[in-house]
Amino acid sequence: MAATVKYDEVETGQEIPAADYPVRRANLVMYAGASGDFNPIHWNERFAKTVGLPDVIAHGMFTMAQAGRFVTDWAGDPGAVVDYGVRFSSMVVVPDDDNGAVITVSGVVEEKLEDKRVVVALTAKCADSRVLSKARAVVQLS
Amino acid sequence: MALNRDFVGRASAPSAPYEVSRVKIKEFATAIGDNNPIYHDREAAQAAGHPDVIAPPTFPIVFSLSGGAILADPELGLNFAMVVHGEQRFEYRRPVHAGDELVSVSTVTDIRSVGRNEFITVRSDVTTVEGELVCTTYNTIVERGGAG
Repeated sequence: MAATVKYDEVETGQEIPAADYPVRRANLVMYAGASGDFNPIHWNERFAKTVGLPDVIAHGMFTMAQAGRFVTDWAGDPGAVVDYGVRFSSMVVVPDDDNGAVITVSGVVEEKLEDKRVVVALTAKCADSRVLSKARAVVQLS
Repeated sequence: MALNRDFVGRASAPSAPYEVSRVKIKEFATAIGDNNPIYHDREAAQAAGHPDVIAPPTFPIVFSLSGGAILADPELGLNFAMVVHGEQRFEYRRPVHAGDELVSVSTVTDIRSVGRNEFITVRSDVTTVEGELVCTTYNTIVERGGAG
């Protein structure tokens, strides 16, 4: 288990460049199958609208997984993520067209801890709304 | 309807063991669009020091919600039609890897009102069948209007 990022080369306040993660309906269908969460608000527009939603929305856990990818891609080894938590603050609405939605994730090294661990604060936005808040990962660096 | 505060501290029976497979990890990683070879290729995972392919950090959502039985208890008073996911956290002792046989025990740790909404937090302790703690998950769900 070894992150490719070295603790001694990271500074508090260091920014991790933003990345875009597109979301289309097919991604939500795949995530429903893989996760076992078949709530129709994540794939059935007719149902989503009957419960007051503007359209189909992404699973919160799908959005959390995208921000997780951002961290594991930075760390190199996904096993280096030792703690990861988020609050779901807004919906990711996914229209039934060729573009879908885009989740943009960025991060900053918020704190250097003992034992070569760092806290990465994450920002995830979709259409100018923050879709995650209090999103933090603790990463074991080498 | 307000949730029944008597449920705070209540724990589920241990879940049936969940066997983590390479195929399921690959399916989950593909569904989140992640082609990291440490999820897909045993040799790449072993080169990184893991015994087998490991699972993405959010993978335990697939099996750790054994608190479902508690949440579905009519005595709790939770209206599932009004539920949204509020918060989620995974705290790891080590990564989950293919070949793990994992047991979850879920405990209601908190029920509170915020405005007109009810918040309930369930902690799941995930161990191997041998009793090694692998990770702890914290799942907070929100019942909209439940406290009104």
